[in-house]
Amino acid sequence: MSTANPSGTSPETGPTTGPILTASHLTRHYEIGGGAFKKPAVVRALNGASFTLTPGRTLAVVGESGCGKSTLARVVTMIEPPTEGELSIGGKLIGPEGASRDRDLRSMVQIVFQDPYGSLNPRQTIGATLMEPLKLNRPEVKAEEREARAREMLELVGLRPEHFERYPHMFSGGQRQRVAVARALMLDPKILVLDEPVSALDLSIQSQILNLLVDLQDRLGLAYLFISHDLSVVRHLADDVMVMYLGRPVEQGPKEDVFAHPRHPYTRSLLSATPVADPRRKRNRIKLEGELPSPLAAPPGCPFNPRCWKATAECREAFPPYEGGVHSYACYHPLDADETMEALADAP
Amino acid sequence: MPLLEIRNLSVDFATASGRFRAVDGVDVTVEPGDLMAIVGESGSGKSVSMLALMGLLPWTATVTADKMEFDGQDLRSLSARAKRQIIGRDISMIFQEPMSSLNPCFTVGFQIKESLKLHTSLDRRQRQDRAVELLELVGIPDPAKRLNAFPHQLSGGMSQRAMIAIALACQPKLLIADEPTTALDVTIQAQILELLTGLQQTAGMAMILITHDMGVVAETVRRVSVQYAGQKVEEQPVEDLFDDPHHPYTAALLAALPERATGKHLPTIKGVVPGQFDRPQGCLFSPRCAFADERCRTIVPPRQPQALGQALCHYPLIDGVPQKSQEVTA
Amino acid sequence: MADASSQIARTVATAPPGPFREFWSSFKENRGAVIGLVIFASFLLIAIAAPLLAPYTPNAQFRDHLLQPPVWEAGGSWQFPLGTDPLGRDMLSRLLYGARFSFLIGLVVVGIASFFGVVIGVLAGFAPRWGDTLIMRVMDIVLSFPSLLLALVLVAILGPSLINAMIAISIVLQPHFVRLTRAAVLSERGRDYVTAARVAGAGPIRIMFRTVLPNCLGPIIVQAALSFSTAVLDAAALGFLGMGAQPPTPEWGTMLAEAREFILRAWWVVTFPGLCILVTVLAINLMGDGLRDALDPKLKRS
Repeated sequence: MSTANPSGTSPETGPTTGPILTASHLTRHYEIGGGAFKKPAVVRALNGASFTLTPGRTLAVVGESGCGKSTLARVVTMIEPPTEGELSIGGKLIGPEGASRDRDLRSMVQIVFQDPYGSLNPRQTIGATLMEPLKLNRPEVKAEEREARAREMLELVGLRPEHFERYPHMFSGGQRQRVAVARALMLDPKILVLDEPVSALDLSIQSQILNLLVDLQDRLGLAYLFISHDLSVVRHLADDVMVMYLGRPVEQGPKEDVFAHPRHPYTRSLLSATPVADPRRKRNRIKLEGELPSPLAAPPGCPFNPRCWKATAECREAFPPYEGGVHSYACYHPLDADETMEALADAP
Repeated sequence: MPLLEIRNLSVDFATASGRFRAVDGVDVTVEPGDLMAIVGESGSGKSVSMLALMGLLPWTATVTADKMEFDGQDLRSLSARAKRQIIGRDISMIFQEPMSSLNPCFTVGFQIKESLKLHTSLDRRQRQDRAVELLELVGIPDPAKRLNAFPHQLSGGMSQRAMIAIALACQPKLLIADEPTTALDVTIQAQILELLTGLQQTAGMAMILITHDMGVVAETVRRVSVQYAGQKVEEQPVEDLFDDPHHPYTAALLAALPERATGKHLPTIKGVVPGQFDRPQGCLFSPRCAFADERCRTIVPPRQPQALGQALCHYPLIDGVPQKSQEVTA
Repeated sequence: MADASSQIARTVATAPPGPFREFWSSFKENRGAVIGLVIFASFLLIAIAAPLLAPYTPNAQFRDHLLQPPVWEAGGSWQFPLGTDPLGRDMLSRLLYGARFSFLIGLVVVGIASFFGVVIGVLAGFAPRWGDTLIMRVMDIVLSFPSLLLALVLVAILGPSLINAMIAISIVLQPHFVRLTRAAVLSERGRDYVTAARVAGAGPIRIMFRTVLPNCLGPIIVQAALSFSTAVLDAAALGFLGMGAQPPTPEWGTMLAEAREFILRAWWVVTFPGLCILVTVLAINLMGDGLRDALDPKLKRS
């Protein structure tokens, strides 16, 4: 298929590997509750995330529920505008005021959702689902060409031509996820946001979809924002990793560094808690006390402090500044070399 | 004598489009104090077989078994009343969704005490004390106060702890945990699994863990039974299973784990689990198996001996190599 | 990926049954629903073919045969199988033509009520909070009146006629559609496929009516079927109270009203129209229950 995109190519997206997307201090707040007489509560679902996406590379966002990874996906996909901070996609700036998704921007970023059963319209054939983005964004494309493109895409993601007329309920989870990927690719995006794309799939299907994603990235030079809670999948697919906790990135850097030398205690405990499929491995597991706090009542200071075994008074007062260069972390008491060696023995 | 012995269990569902066999000739044997896992993907019938044991299937299901004995009693011939005596007291179950398995209308304390009232002869006072004791046992802080909490006031991890407390209320001999941590976060999952294995050891009860997560299996249990499309395809001690799987399905499943990947591409199992309309003739795994030949596609495979993990296969693997000759039955 | 596609061919070799067949197989399990459907279908046929089936026109008067009993009673004859009314009109002919009116009322009322109800419901489901609140409170006010009383008042204002009765009943029934549609829209709106359509660039109108609405049709169809019987019943009631179809229209409710003084002398003049209303309403309700069982997403497997 042709990957050339006549309308959306900007100088930044040339063959050089400059970032295609730059996010700085992305923040998204929600107001919930509240009525005529009550002040609404503010949830800081996403709090100051900065990162870049590069063509052909994958940034994985890791964290547990309430860490803001799905909000991040919605902001990057421009479903919602950021409350604060800026997003620059292919040289175009999107700030708090601007949810003005023009066609070009929309074509640049597309998304694949977690639940393959909920993300396809049950009343639309696969063909109609695939053609919809083209119909809405490139009305100048003729109907025959649209269909040809959709059929081509079906083949690219490993489905068969006869699936074109079928309805989603006739497909298995893995096949539906292929359709979802195909739909996301119809506008020749440069960036694909993958919101837990394999967590709802069985193990044997998961590997098929992961391989498909790897192939597509190689072929089309896509930048992936891969959101997941599964560290073993992240370790397999990612180039860079961003670990989030309660709306804040706490550590980010190249995959090898983060996995081998975690500096933030939360990263360490996350690695330690992930089960490893090796019954002979004896691990020195870090036991985290307590629960994830609700994003509604995030503790002051470092959000991890109530569960952290290294927390001191200053952790309870202010969020630590980001330190380090490529591999950065926000912690007053980062793990030292000995501790990271321990972590290495313990990592999945 | 085994605590639980099930032979040739089959479950059929009557659906709008005909009969559907969800469980097909499964054997389960659990010794007292055993810790085993039933592993399988969706559609493998792993939950259905246990629900059938508990008598929790809807009326559309037909359950047949050659033998279904718990603690020396034949569960098939027991009256519904006698069965209720056993289930809930001697066999207990916890489920995947802790939030929806607790009744939202009643406090946690009420639900624990209800279970105690049904199955024990404790009086009011003793029930209260026992309930506090149980919540403490499952690691809920401030148990006396939490007894009056409603389920919606608890987090997912806390609800699962409360479910475990209810399940343990009558000191069951067998606890069935159906994907107990799937809905939970990783750090909470680690806590709950540790709690379950700890309790299993101190209470000396047997536990069956139903899961699809190979990592959880490897770290938690001693023995694993692998199910595929309603059949048990292999059963081995956990170390042996991960070292040398004998059934091609188990082998392929383990190879597909991202953490075992060597390159950018993962080994895949082609295709999908057969459904109601495309059940193969011979071996159910044959359309997806890398080693399948004509024989696999036409003839139902035999059960291999214990040494080969009771693999349901014509050509069981040894060190990843299929044993194509006939004299492997060593 | 090549291996992946080759296996997919095998998997879908035997396709599962289509949506309609699945619907039918669960519908036909409910015997009452099938009976209801059969009765409903035969009433529909009668309504269409009334001029062919009826021995006389509904308003033809036979002055020699006033209040003649049905054929099996003493004094009955095959000339008038179900007897005649006080003006000597053939009961059978009038009842057959009456079916036409009942169906006309049902169709028009359900058509108007569901069209406006669904549109308003979808708008409410997507409206900002204040708009939603406004619409729903207005609907609550309409619902808080006893339905027949409200219809009576409306007809009193508009003037008694069949058309006005239909409009009044539509207004009374329409809030049910609004509430139902809104509830269905709210539950569908948050699904990922709706977000996916937005990411693909679909505008609000397209999302409302092309993406979301088709997925909410199940409960609306059920409600429409059940409203059909309410409409028939309410129209008969209005007719009986003299506020609906006006004599000499052979509408069942109006026939009851015309004949009620003769109830002791000639039981057939009230019994047959009453029976017709009863059987029709019962059949439609049975059918509606079956539809609900077959279409209710909660009971359906994936």
